[in-house]
Amino acid sequence: MIYLDNAATTKTAPEVVQAMLPYFTENYGNPSTIYSLGSASKKAVNEARRTIAGAIGAKQEEIYFTAGGSEADNWALKATAEAYEGKGKHIITTKIEHHAILHTCEYLEKRGFEVTYLNVDEDGLVNLDELKNAIRPDTILISVMFANNEIGTIEPIKEIGAIAKERGILFHTDAVQAFGQVPINVDEMHIDMLSASGHKLNGPKGIGFLYIRAGLKLRSFIHGGGQERSRRAGTENVPGIVGLGTATERALRIMEEKTKKELELRDYLISRIEKEIPYCRLNGHRTRRLPGNVNFSFLYIEGESMLIMLDMKGICASSGSACTSGSLDPSHVLLAIGLKHEEAHGSLRMTLSEENTKEEIDIVVDNLKQIVTKLRDMSPLYEDFLKRQKD
Amino acid sequence: MYSEKVMDHFQHPRNVGEIENASGVGTVGNAKCGDIMRMFLDIDENGIIRDVKFKTFGCGAAVATSSMATELVKGKSIQEAMQVTNKAVMEALDGLPPVKVHCSLLAEEAIHAALWDYAEKNHITIEGLKKPKADIHEGEEEEQY
Repeated sequence: MIYLDNAATTKTAPEVVQAMLPYFTENYGNPSTIYSLGSASKKAVNEARRTIAGAIGAKQEEIYFTAGGSEADNWALKATAEAYEGKGKHIITTKIEHHAILHTCEYLEKRGFEVTYLNVDEDGLVNLDELKNAIRPDTILISVMFANNEIGTIEPIKEIGAIAKERGILFHTDAVQAFGQVPINVDEMHIDMLSASGHKLNGPKGIGFLYIRAGLKLRSFIHGGGQERSRRAGTENVPGIVGLGTATERALRIMEEKTKKELELRDYLISRIEKEIPYCRLNGHRTRRLPGNVNFSFLYIEGESMLIMLDMKGICASSGSACTSGSLDPSHVLLAIGLKHEEAHGSLRMTLSEENTKEEIDIVVDNLKQIVTKLRDMSPLYEDFLKRQKD
Repeated sequence: MYSEKVMDHFQHPRNVGEIENASGVGTVGNAKCGDIMRMFLDIDENGIIRDVKFKTFGCGAAVATSSMATELVKGKSIQEAMQVTNKAVMEALDGLPPVKVHCSLLAEEAIHAALWDYAEKNHITIEGLKKPKADIHEGEEEEQY
């Protein structure tokens, strides 16, 4: 099997699993208890919190564990809206956010908030002037993703943070795809809130965190016990937290080497496709993109068909076609960068890890060439295109 | 997600291609929704579908329903072809996931569109045949929650 869907999820690293195991079997104590079994759990949770805080230049009391990235996004937006609605009811975000942000914004709109969805350019980048122009006296929050999950484009987070700070507006970033992949510093980048998820960096599923800058008066997300400084009640997911801590430590340790390897593979994959498969386009910014992200539209064919054929060859990838989104519309991200519907339907995302090899990339391209040819041979759109060429 | 029959017809689609100077050609669906089917019919003087070919832009289910639809109408009379409903196509494929049912509608529409073209070219009317919709997804609305 060749796994090229690391933006969907990653393999849990063996050292992460090893670190987690004792917290299921031996050190199963509740961190809130007084005896030493519980203290061991508490110590492990605090260590993980310290590691994660250090990874983004935060203080450990600014890290709040959640059940994942979607929860962190929901918390950041809903709690900010509620806490700051006295100041205003306007939020600025982008058209290419993850649904955890977009659907939360829609929820807030139904409750009287106004949301501006910024456009992005053809590479997926936010325009800073458009952002400045969107700011109003009643704007309470700017939420822009760190890097896009589909096309890999990395947004100008530091510049956006500086604008937000200057105008006295809170800045949240959904860093689910970026945390552990690219360097992040919440102070340098003026980030007030940041969401991340464990399973995107070879950690376990079901664990994530929200960074909340000290001093922000956000309401509790889950009411109950005193866990997470009473802001997110519920007995801690100790094995998950330990796993996330270990995954973070590992991600920082290997980041340089991993990035170098992924960049080489990424650019090799892009160049082979562009050289060998006609009528395709690279989606997302060519250089300002996540090291492991490759996203192409292959004209005149449809994504799900490509995915099934790749799967039959043991290759895992993903697509922004409607058929894979469960609705009639293709990916909102691909439409936002200006693709036509049929171009968006024909998209293929391949997201690499440091474990992929050049040999695997060669196998993928060789298979992809055959698959694209086969699907074009049965495509009425390709037939029409060839006829237009002749005329 | 897909039945074995769907996967078989997707991997080995029957009757892919074009028929030059076909008796009837019908194209349905649109690129916006991600499915386009084109059906070519070769109909002899006795009204028997002698040959049928298709081309499809779409997902696995769209390819499989087109392929199955061509099998179901090949060698049949026009009236028999009119009986090939989307349900018949789905049953022949051992079912489709709920979100893919519209693909089977597309297959039925493609046959009808090709027959409509044949009828127009030959100035005849086919009993029960209505003018095909320009957009297969007309009137379909997504559920709001």
